[in-house]
Amino acid sequence: MPRSASPETLATGVIGGDTASIARSITAIENDAPAGREVLDRIFPHTGAAHIIGVTGPPGSGKSSLVNEIIRETRGRGKKIAVLAIDPSSPITGGATLGDRIRMLEWHADPGVFVRSMASRRFGGGLAQHTLTVAHVFDAAGFDPIVIETVGTGQDEVAIAALAHSTVLVQVPGMGDSVQTLKAGSLEIGDVIAVSKGDRPEAQALARDLRRLQTLVDDMDGLMHGWRTKVVTTSATERTGIDTLLAALAEHRAWLRDSEEWELRTRRMLGTEIASRVQQRLLADVVAASESTGDVIEQVVARSVSPLAAADRMLERLRSRR
Amino acid sequence: MKQPVRILVAKPGLDGHDRGAKVMARAFRDAGFEVIYTGLFQTPEMIANAALQEDVDVVGLSILSGAHMSLFPPIIEALRQVGRDDALVIAGGTIPATDIPRIREMGIAEVFGPGTRLQDAIQFVRERTGADDPEGST
Repeated sequence: MPRSASPETLATGVIGGDTASIARSITAIENDAPAGREVLDRIFPHTGAAHIIGVTGPPGSGKSSLVNEIIRETRGRGKKIAVLAIDPSSPITGGATLGDRIRMLEWHADPGVFVRSMASRRFGGGLAQHTLTVAHVFDAAGFDPIVIETVGTGQDEVAIAALAHSTVLVQVPGMGDSVQTLKAGSLEIGDVIAVSKGDRPEAQALARDLRRLQTLVDDMDGLMHGWRTKVVTTSATERTGIDTLLAALAEHRAWLRDSEEWELRTRRMLGTEIASRVQQRLLADVVAASESTGDVIEQVVARSVSPLAAADRMLERLRSRR
Repeated sequence: MKQPVRILVAKPGLDGHDRGAKVMARAFRDAGFEVIYTGLFQTPEMIANAALQEDVDVVGLSILSGAHMSLFPPIIEALRQVGRDDALVIAGGTIPATDIPRIREMGIAEVFGPGTRLQDAIQFVRERTGADDPEGST
């Protein structure tokens, strides 16, 4: 296919499952090229079926290795699976080392596996700006499930939960005592918690602490929400616990489908995507406006205007432009 | 603003010396490129599939085994098979200067041997892909 393929050709290719069309469309979307928007408009009616699974957790916790095992199990069941693996961009140069694919190289001859690496391009929250939009491309091409692997995250990056039907939180043993399991933030977003490196001796203790906590939480509100977070111990090196993890995810999907949660979460995901796009466009306006407000910044530097007052002035200017 | 260059850095063949590939991956990252690093022991099919799915602009190959004359042609052929012969292919490693003319004929744009300045390889990619220099140093 020529690099100048039209959006129409690309969209037809995507729906037909053509690898080159999928790859090019993702690039166009990621780069905010007009062709990306056109492809999306055409393929979007063909989306909505795929189970979108977020996999998140600290750097080096084994997310990519776990995803590789998820690929293996999923292919064993004959389903086409796509992975969108996000790694951080440099805040200084904008460059990135995308090193998740290296854990998933064994599927190079399998057309039922599509792995795409994506740089966060400083979006924040462990994601890239167009994460869910790219997932739509895989969805239209018939991949189901679609796994979104976040940047390595800490205690507070929870954005993935608003962009996925199911969230797998990967936790590693040996990172602190049981007080850590009491903390708010990322520990709250796992529909399934995978304690990775399960071959290590501390893994069982961590799984036990997490389960105990979960039991307490379930007594309070788990019954209200209807889903009890499952804690699974996995080992990618020994290939254990993966079937249990996949079973938990299948159970979660069935629960979503049988309740109104699938629709609620889908609404939340798409709403988040729209809001994120609006923010992106508005931000571009703000940046453009602030480039002509050097005088305001000078006043702040001279301490004659406070930063908050300067922000109000910038907003006034921005509004008067419309 | 131009978009970051996407470059695949891969080591075909069976030698286990990935220092050069890692140094180049880091240098390209610091040049503002998005580097997909797939590391050691890559077959032509792995390289072609990664180039296709990742939609890279550039494929960087590092070889220190001496087997470059037999490894490059099947890689170029695999890229052609998947329709990615439009990618800029560059090579680095212990490659004798006398082999370079024939390597260029195979379809590899440039060869960066031992002693190459990182900046020269970066500059070559920037010129061929029309990429911005984020630091404005060149």
